[in-house]
Amino acid sequence: MRLSKKSWALIKIIIFLLSLSPFFLLVSATIQDQLGANPIQTLHFSLGDWALRFVCIGLALTPLKKLLKQSWPVRFRRMLGLFAFFYASLHFLVYIVLDLSLSWEAFVDEVPKSPYILVGLFTFLLLTPLALTSTKAMQKRLGKRWIQLHKLVYLAAISAVIHYLWLVKSDLGEPLLYATVLFILLSSRLFLHLKTKDYFEQALTELRK
Amino acid sequence: MLIKEKSPILSSEITDKTIFINRRKIIKAAAGISITSMLPAPASALVKKYAQVPVGPYSGDFKSTAFEDVASYTNYYEFSTNKKDSTVLAKNLKTSPWNITVEGEAEKTGIFNLEDILKANPLEERVYRFRCVEAWSMVVPWLGFPLAAMLKQFKPTAKAKFVEFTTLYDPEVMIGQKSKALGWPYVEGLRIDEAMHPLAFMATGMYDEELPKQNGAPLRLVVPWKYGFKSIKAIVKIRFSETMPGTAWNKMAPSEYGFYANVNPEVAHPRWSQSRERILGASIFTPKRKTEIFNGYGDQVASLYKRMDLSKQF
Repeated sequence: MRLSKKSWALIKIIIFLLSLSPFFLLVSATIQDQLGANPIQTLHFSLGDWALRFVCIGLALTPLKKLLKQSWPVRFRRMLGLFAFFYASLHFLVYIVLDLSLSWEAFVDEVPKSPYILVGLFTFLLLTPLALTSTKAMQKRLGKRWIQLHKLVYLAAISAVIHYLWLVKSDLGEPLLYATVLFILLSSRLFLHLKTKDYFEQALTELRK
Repeated sequence: MLIKEKSPILSSEITDKTIFINRRKIIKAAAGISITSMLPAPASALVKKYAQVPVGPYSGDFKSTAFEDVASYTNYYEFSTNKKDSTVLAKNLKTSPWNITVEGEAEKTGIFNLEDILKANPLEERVYRFRCVEAWSMVVPWLGFPLAAMLKQFKPTAKAKFVEFTTLYDPEVMIGQKSKALGWPYVEGLRIDEAMHPLAFMATGMYDEELPKQNGAPLRLVVPWKYGFKSIKAIVKIRFSETMPGTAWNKMAPSEYGFYANVNPEVAHPRWSQSRERILGASIFTPKRKTEIFNGYGDQVASLYKRMDLSKQF
């Protein structure tokens, strides 16, 4: 797609606002007391859902690029990836600040007994360095290692789905839906990777452009 | 129906205070004092069908959760695994006429009309804590009658060691039954001494009104010292048996949901802690409440489990 710099900037702003809209809707629902009988859970679950959705969207961009043979999808990769981290951070904060009321006693009591929370914390731990090294400067500084580091997102996506699967009581429908989407996204990457042998070299030249 | 005077200590605890005050005003207005137009109070406060039902023994002195929260946050997998969807979908259930089949180790078995059961069992109110296995809790003013009173009318024999309850199976209406979220129909059970305990209750209403369909109308069990999934909804069958019945959640995941399912902060669910509970309807800054053994009913029920290892027979 050949668009002017201005048009791309505008599209970026629109996507930015769209990505932020779930956050504003949740804030407004919280203020208006419209989160239902268990507001903390509603907040916590919605934020977790959005984090996982953005992880999936972020992972869809490279396959999309290759499928369309166009480079524009990766223009949004950093922003959408950071939105995944934004919602994951809020999800984590709601748990620590609201659900546990910042009580260390509650944390050490609950977390070891809850494997799904451990997996959730692990996921958050994996995402954090990715967010911290998301700048262009870091990308350049780390070079090849940056790409290797950012492959952690595959692991993070898988552990996020396990986190969800492990939480539900019996209705696995929704977490399995995410698992399916993730499977398709990751296997499409593998497929495309095998198709283009020197994947790393390509990615590096892309970076140097 | 027996109509006794309501205990003055508890009534203010049960009804929201503003409605409580307004109700008096409405009654005055209805008596001829023409201030009706000045009253913003909801008219429903006046017509609450069962406002005169007496408060029964074992009713607690707790502040009730808001009706809207209790009626909009329901686990009713027969309709949906989503708590809000089940609230809407349950409206399709036809609760009258309603029959209950009584089977097994009892002298009086057969098919009974719910109306006849209600005639034989005067209503009372019980304000009970309710603790879900998902670590949230609420306080509900139930209307109904002691389970023991009803069960005794069927004259269980000496062989009746357990009581099994079954929910209606009707996948055309209960569309959640088309999925395999659980094995259908839903079955729950109690040991006979648990069932005969005076705290065990059959509910037909709550908040001075008939039971909303999503809350288990027309007849549900309430066992306040056990996790909520024991309190089976829309009961159509009661069976007295010599052996322990297979119950829905226990069959689904025996390592996670025991037959007894007594509320116990010391025994964690394999995937989450049970030591604290979120109070429904509380503000987002209210910390969780520490869960009590037997949901705070230990003084009454702990003796039922004297010789049991509660961490094994959970």
